[in-house]
Amino acid sequence: MELDLPFIWAGLIATAVLIYVLLDGFDLGVGILFPLIRGERNRDLAMNTVAPVWDGNETWLILGGGGLFAVFPLAYGVVMSALYAPITAMLLALIFRGVAFEFRWRTRRGKFLWDWAFFGGSIMAAFAQGIALGALVQGIEVADRVYAGGYWDWLTPFSLMTGVALVIGYALLGAGWLILKTEDAVQIMARNIAWLLGPLFLMMMGLVSLITPFLEPVYFERWFNGPTAIFSFIVPFLVLVAAWHLFTGLNDLDDARPFLATASMFILAFIGLGLSFYPYIVPPSITIWDAAGPDISLGFLLVGTAVLLPLILGYTAYAYWVFRGKVKAGEGYH
Amino acid sequence: MFGFEALDLARFQFAFTVIFHIVFPAFSIGLASYLAVLNGLHLITGREAYMRVFNYWKTIFAVGFGMGVVSGIVMSYQFGTNWAVFSDKTGPVLGPMLGYEVLSAFFLEAGFLGVMLFGRERVGPKLHFLATAMVALGTFFSAFWILSVNSWMQTPAGYTLNEAGQFVPENWLEVIFNPSFPYRLVHMLLASYLTTALVVGAVGAWHVLRDRSNDSARLMLSMSVWMLLFTAPLQILAGDAHGLNTLEHQPAKVAAMEGHYEGHPEGGAPLILFGIPDDEAETVHYAVEIPYLSSLILTHDLTSPLKGLKDFPKEDRPPAEIVFWSFRVMVALGFAMLFLGLWGTWARMRGRLYDSPLLHKAQILMGPAGFVSVVAGWITTEVGRQPFTVYGLLRTAESASPIDTPAVASSLIAFVVVYFAVFGAGTFYMLRLMGKAPECASDDDIEGPLVGLAPTTPVTGHVPAGE
Ligand code: HDD
Ligand code: HEM
Ligand code: HEM
Repeated sequence: MELDLPFIWAGLIATAVLIYVLLDGFDLGVGILFPLIRGERNRDLAMNTVAPVWDGNETWLILGGGGLFAVFPLAYGVVMSALYAPITAMLLALIFRGVAFEFRWRTRRGKFLWDWAFFGGSIMAAFAQGIALGALVQGIEVADRVYAGGYWDWLTPFSLMTGVALVIGYALLGAGWLILKTEDAVQIMARNIAWLLGPLFLMMMGLVSLITPFLEPVYFERWFNGPTAIFSFIVPFLVLVAAWHLFTGLNDLDDARPFLATASMFILAFIGLGLSFYPYIVPPSITIWDAAGPDISLGFLLVGTAVLLPLILGYTAYAYWVFRGKVKAGEGYH
Repeated sequence: MFGFEALDLARFQFAFTVIFHIVFPAFSIGLASYLAVLNGLHLITGREAYMRVFNYWKTIFAVGFGMGVVSGIVMSYQFGTNWAVFSDKTGPVLGPMLGYEVLSAFFLEAGFLGVMLFGRERVGPKLHFLATAMVALGTFFSAFWILSVNSWMQTPAGYTLNEAGQFVPENWLEVIFNPSFPYRLVHMLLASYLTTALVVGAVGAWHVLRDRSNDSARLMLSMSVWMLLFTAPLQILAGDAHGLNTLEHQPAKVAAMEGHYEGHPEGGAPLILFGIPDDEAETVHYAVEIPYLSSLILTHDLTSPLKGLKDFPKEDRPPAEIVFWSFRVMVALGFAMLFLGLWGTWARMRGRLYDSPLLHKAQILMGPAGFVSVVAGWITTEVGRQPFTVYGLLRTAESASPIDTPAVASSLIAFVVVYFAVFGAGTFYMLRLMGKAPECASDDDIEGPLVGLAPTTPVTGHVPAGE
């Protein structure tokens, strides 16, 4: 048999989404922490840690959405109609925080407004993404290739909980990023808040993981029966190892470890999610093979991806490299 | 009844958000190339004025680009939220092309944007030029793919249909280089260059009027006149060719643009200059006509047959009331641009390019003309394609998501409010930046860096120029 293109693509899109969550996670996180950063100079500094890279980070979201449209058009249509409200809220929120990067330098009197837009947009976007995730995990009703549920189906206690969990997680990731990229007042603030956010995030992850297996029989099977049940031990164990690194890293005043540890926790959570989901793309009814477009479409894009993705990773790494090191107060950027 | 209303709102939402969106790319595509040219000229000649003008427009570019990005993200998700059936059916064809746009264009722009805006000191002038060129190349790739997507919806080619009713590509080259794509790409790129040239020229003229000796402003004005001189006539030729192509593939659209309800089987169709088309009565009231001219322009002879709207079933006709006018606005402005380029060149030949207040006022007046033409052009193209999303194959009415009216209505209201507030503020900031005189050679002698910048200049970072 030839290549199983839908399977490869499911892996690629999952990877794109994971990269998105890690990269935009920290820059949304910086936005969520913005009100805690006191003083204009410190805020400028925090903003400047992400200003050169936020656009690239957000492009992974477009790749996630665009990839879904390209490869799993059925899933794209169904999921976007089902999650109409949270997606719209996310898009609007991203507008506010995206323009804030430039707008807040263009006005003195209105600067505080764009500071709020940056904070409000970031926290709304994170919350909406978390809700969307929760709603997807819960399952989406489909009939005749279109969404068959109601407008408010996405709103449940579980999806609200995943929304809060993601806000906390992104904030923690943002704190880790600030610890990595700044010094003095901002760094100290970030460390202090990470001490608070770390345990909260662990708690939320625990809650979500405990509830998820009971949402769909497939998930339950996956986690408690058969050979895959072994992951029920491995994944939580690795999360605890990551948590240990987070707290010791904070304790040792290490610059990089808190960020890396939080990122690892995200990766593990993502793997856990993938384990529950597979082989569905829209649980509980559409598998990746049901949703996939024809091979000629998948193959065509795969060729380009194989060439372009390494290039993208290369110059993205280069851009991060250009702006490596601590961001200094008053550094003239232009 | 209710489904119909949700459909109208979804259409209105798409039109509203895409019109806001296209305004920014039209400017970004042209300005990115302009910045790359300025950066390159500075690298080659070492003339400081190029770098000053570069820094001036770079800040403005950053604001506009940001708005282009956030309004664009909305577009790419809106296919799914409001047009789920369309997405499911056309995804196999259009999705991979949009995927290529993300991979080849958006990442390229975003990856090098940071270096272009903030990194000159860190990477040095050569790599900085390279970064600027990459951003410009990214905007070109973006236009390439998205216009291929749009053109395929206008003139579908290279596909078959499968059991699920999806369009399935058969031949990718035929899909990408579908019949209307080359025309649309050329026409849109020229439109972007014209739009940018008009804005740059207006800003240059504004500041030359205030201070004739400002060499940066003079440079802008001069470059703009050169650009107009070459691109305006090319655009008219390209538009003419585009129209012939449309006549071949979408005759109903051309009939609507021309206001031809009656067909002319023996040729000899008059050109209706002005009038009020009436789709109900199927006639143009108060028409001012030039005999035979329409046939001459469209078929390049007097006797070839031309179809009118009445030759198409009523449910397959686009609304001529809109298309007729949007087309005239675009064409009139196109000739105005040609005239402006000629006038500027004539002033240059007489050595009075910086000494013609009337010309400068005309340039300022024409500053927004590019945006108006771009929007008018797109309205012509898109409304003229109705009632189909994929021309002749998939009706707009059959493309929408199964979403209730209140849901679409509330998101529409939210978009309208947010767009006007946010993009209104952004446009205001851009205009304020343009109102600030560019630094010029004489400034360097009198003032140190940072002195004399507007009070909005922040303490850290983002100083527009002067370091
Ligand atoms: C990728 C595809 C694509 C692209 C590049 C564009 N459009 Fe479009 N347009 C559509 C895909 C589409 C669509 C999905 O097919 C719509 C939605 C509803 C419809 O009738 O067609 C549409 C409708 C639509 C309408 C409403 C027409 C009507 O309902 O009567 C307008 C005014 C525009 N568009 C304007 C534009 C502008 C200014 C564009 C420049 C960026 C543009 N379109 C690019
Ligand atoms: C209606 C369909 C369209 C969709 C779905 C769409 C989608 C997008 C998206 C997602 C972005 C943000 C990319 C980023 O992060 O850099 C964007 C920006 C951009 N789009 Fe569009 N777009 C549409 C129409 C167009 C058209 C017709 C053109 C040009 C001819 C165009 C040219 C650009 C360019 C050059 C950018 C870069 C940002 C900027 O210019 O400000 N787009 N678009
Ligand atoms: C004066 C001569 C011009 C002619 C004869 C002309 C002709 C046309 C025609 C026939 C179309 C519709 C094509 C279709 O829907 O299939 C079109 C679309 C368009 N025009 Fe023009 N045009 C002219 C000037 C301009 C100018 C000056 C601009 C902008 C600066 C412009 C921007 C556009 C845009 C953005 C579109 C939509 C995209 C496309 O379909 O290419 N046009 N033009």
